[in-house]
Amino acid sequence: MKYLTTTIFLFTVFVIQAQEKDLLNLIDSTGNGQKTYVTGAFKSSRVINGHSIEFIGKHVLDVRILHRFGRVNDGIGEFFGLDQAAMRMGFDYGLGKDLTIGVGRSTAEKELDGFIKYRPIQQATGGKGASPVSVVLAAGAALTTQKFAADAPFTDTKHRMAYYSEVIIGRKFTEAFSFQVSPTYVHRNLVAERTDDNDTYAVGFGGRLKLSKRVAFVADYHYVISGLNKDIYKNPLSLGFDIETGGHVFQLHFSNATGMNEKAFITNTTDSWGSGEIRFGFNLSRVFTIGKKKNNPGS
Amino acid sequence: MKKTALALCMLLVLAKAGFAQKYFTKNGTVSFEAGTALEDIIATNKTAASVLDAATGRIEFAVLVRGFEFRRALMQEHFNENYMESSKYPKSVFKGKIVNLGEISFQKPGNYPVTVRGTLEIHGVKKEITTTGSLRISGTSVLALAKFPVTIADYKISIPGIVSDKIAKTAMISVTCNYAVLK
Repeated sequence: MKYLTTTIFLFTVFVIQAQEKDLLNLIDSTGNGQKTYVTGAFKSSRVINGHSIEFIGKHVLDVRILHRFGRVNDGIGEFFGLDQAAMRMGFDYGLGKDLTIGVGRSTAEKELDGFIKYRPIQQATGGKGASPVSVVLAAGAALTTQKFAADAPFTDTKHRMAYYSEVIIGRKFTEAFSFQVSPTYVHRNLVAERTDDNDTYAVGFGGRLKLSKRVAFVADYHYVISGLNKDIYKNPLSLGFDIETGGHVFQLHFSNATGMNEKAFITNTTDSWGSGEIRFGFNLSRVFTIGKKKNNPGS
Repeated sequence: MKKTALALCMLLVLAKAGFAQKYFTKNGTVSFEAGTALEDIIATNKTAASVLDAATGRIEFAVLVRGFEFRRALMQEHFNENYMESSKYPKSVFKGKIVNLGEISFQKPGNYPVTVRGTLEIHGVKKEITTTGSLRISGTSVLALAKFPVTIADYKISIPGIVSDKIAKTAMISVTCNYAVLK
């Protein structure tokens, strides 16, 4: 009888122990060892002027309306610059998760521009080969369609063209803070000043600091290394806020640049923050998902 | 007498062990619908992990919030960044028990209605829930199906007024898990 009691006792203990253990511990349910991509480093596909490491998503059409008003220091007579506006209308389309193409047209110089942006490496956590940074390649071309002056010495189509290419390396450090660096090369077939080179080299810096779930402070700066006459041209700096209202992201900012594509804001910025020559501007973006339904568990 | 009792006891242990089968899956499907007439909001997660203990009726689920896939990339971003805060609360977990375990025979193939009661943790908030579903037992595999509503406000997920017309107050959650024997 003693054996029986012992056995039953042991058995009971065993059952109780077995019950207390967490069932999910029996299998790996944590997703550890699974590569998870880091998303939402920036709210938008642009920091302010320059491309960000973010993409708009597959089969997404992003209609972008950008405005840059006149100089704030023009005073009340110009309603602090709001009487004038430069505008760019743009259409970006996500061919894939990591591939976006876009076209745009700006009122400044009646410029038409297009770009292609590709992300070979996306920041990830866990798993083998998870990258700590995202790497993005972007290249574009700009064509000014404004009429050249009657006495202009160069008037071929090639003289209207300019190109840019850049590598963007960025990381979402914390939920609130993201930062990116983007070495950029701009080639203009025709330059405005004799003191300028056709090739311009610059480094872009972009950052985001989230202030709340829906508001973030963003900064976008491009340091021109060589190729421009620094007496005339200034480095573009933009400071602003991303405000998300559910469906839209409004990017409101102050900047010394009017250009709204890489070639334009890097090589055409003549205003200076130091002299108070800053402008108010905003980026409006509305996305539309195009393409057939991928999942529909309801049906 | 002693030997008989011991043998009986051993038999009982063995029988219990044979019965004490555990089932698991790592690619269960959990989806939800939280749309309104204005917007369809549907997301699916095909990497739900679950373990079912046939002996005790205990059943547990875990899903990674980032694993939910939406048709619209922006919705998915908002889901993770604004509503679920998935970097802060990466997992949603359910731990519960089959209430009517006595009515289910894991050895006998068939379709059994089940009632499950337990704790659902979403967005860091734990809440008791009871739901009905079914277990389809065939040989060594078990298919579990369930559908139940979850009130979004119960889990401290705040929805701003501007989009409140587009997001339902309750999300309909569907679970489909095809279990295999856990060895």
